[in-house]
Amino acid sequence: MSTSVIQLQDVSKSFGKKEVLRNIHFSVEKGEIFGLLGPSGSGKTTLVKCIIGMEKATNGKIEVLNTIIPNLPITLKIGFMAQSDALYQDLTAYENVDFFASLYGLKGRYKKERIKYVLSLVNLLEDQHKRVSDYSGGMKRRLSLAISLLHEPEVLILDEPTVGIDPILRQSIWNELEELRKKGTTIVVTTHVMDEAEKCTKLGMIREGQLIAIGTPGELKERIQVRTIEEAFLSYGGAM
Amino acid sequence: MRTFAVVKRIIRQFFRDKRTLALMLIAPIFVLTLMDLVFTSGEKQFAIGVYDAPTPFVESLEDFDILVTSYDDDQAKDHILDDNLDAFVAFELLEPTITLEGTNPNDSKAILNMIQKAVSSLTKQPNMKVETNIEYVYGSEDMSFFDYIGPVLIGFFIFFFVFLIAGVSFLRERTSGTLERLLATPIRRHELVFGYVIGFGVFTAIQAALISGYAISVLDMMLEGSFWYVLLITLLLAMTALTLGTLLSAFANNELQMIQFIPLVIVPQVFFSGLFPLDAMADWLASFSVIMPLTYGANALREIMIRGNGFEAFQQDVYILLAFSFVFIILNIIVLKRYRRL
Repeated sequence: MSTSVIQLQDVSKSFGKKEVLRNIHFSVEKGEIFGLLGPSGSGKTTLVKCIIGMEKATNGKIEVLNTIIPNLPITLKIGFMAQSDALYQDLTAYENVDFFASLYGLKGRYKKERIKYVLSLVNLLEDQHKRVSDYSGGMKRRLSLAISLLHEPEVLILDEPTVGIDPILRQSIWNELEELRKKGTTIVVTTHVMDEAEKCTKLGMIREGQLIAIGTPGELKERIQVRTIEEAFLSYGGAM
Repeated sequence: MRTFAVVKRIIRQFFRDKRTLALMLIAPIFVLTLMDLVFTSGEKQFAIGVYDAPTPFVESLEDFDILVTSYDDDQAKDHILDDNLDAFVAFELLEPTITLEGTNPNDSKAILNMIQKAVSSLTKQPNMKVETNIEYVYGSEDMSFFDYIGPVLIGFFIFFFVFLIAGVSFLRERTSGTLERLLATPIRRHELVFGYVIGFGVFTAIQAALISGYAISVLDMMLEGSFWYVLLITLLLAMTALTLGTLLSAFANNELQMIQFIPLVIVPQVFFSGLFPLDAMADWLASFSVIMPLTYGANALREIMIRGNGFEAFQQDVYILLAFSFVFIILNIIVLKRYRRL
């Protein structure tokens, strides 16, 4: 038994001959916001999919909440927000949320309360009966986030949650993540935006399928005497 | 319960997409009506020109409801072309020479048949008519070609539209990323597949009832057996089409590629399902019909609608259709493994 919420041991993943992840090794403690920072194509999404069990790692071991992944019941404790807005365009926002709530086994009054709560959280309560096809990109992202929070997950995994969202809203989403963290939710978030990385409690830098550095944003900068995360990333990646 | 959530969602989506709903319910009815009009819009009246024909010959042709015109010369080809005749019969000392227009072999055969009967009536003694009594094991004198192909058509249209719509919807679930998202929830693969089967099943049941009911009561298609049996078979066919459609959508990357399955999967079934006689086909080729669901559906529908037989006559078809659906459902569940291991 370990105290880590998420634990990866030497995880590798190949599609055919192409190796997408190589020997990824890290752990995430309870109440952390763990940021996976890396350019697109670096393997972030594949790593995230391995953690929630949609992909099976070719080698290595992944544990979430002391359960070896893949495991179906554990998905009840994981909230997931995919990179693309996987929403039903011809349904209203409410109907989308309602559908996913049912999949997570929410029922009756509790379901209604949760739906109302998550929709108000992302500020979509007023537009809940509009069809998703009439939503803007930012609204769709917020709706996706709302869905991932429905079942009060202990672990929240967000794949590029703030792409296409205006700065004010981005700020409010990060504030919300911080609130959730304080309540004990463990959060893994992928991003390629450097200033977002600063807000994470711990950061893993990933490049070409390999973890090139890990630590708090402060540590990472201090270790090599740079001022910004961007410089740090370039340095660890061997460009400087 | 997750299955039920999927069912509810599919039904909601269906009512949002009025056009697809219309395609599923109205399009088959429209096409069936057209087919009915094409195949039963009265017998064609032939026109035949004659030269020097004996009166009894002309009379017996006219008995066949043929428009007979007499000419003063035997320039057969000219008359056929100028006056749009279907045939020309020139007599020389009671020896007829028949010239046919000949574009449509079916017409030619029918005309030849009638002319020959008329000629043979010349040699017979007058006033000695032979009354023939004709009896049918199945069908009747009033049965039209449309009645014969009707059962196949009903089966085919249900199969076609369900295949296409179910396939495209499931494909959309893949391409929009919602399938992947779904599989990040605790839903089990079989719950999802059953959700689709039941959700679409509701609409295919309505569709099957509507199409069969319309064909039989409005288009007056022949129905000797029970209407409930017709519903049973059409529903089973729809299930097969549904599960096959969702299965094949796994091998299509977009809507166009889904459409490409039509010539591969749907069209061959039309040829093998009994719309065209299989007897003339090479045995190895005809044996392909064994793997085609429509063969069994059409066969059972014909047993019910034309022959009026009971369950024993087509129970084998029922079991085979059930087996098809079952196998396709299992394959669907297996193919979904591509998206999630569990």
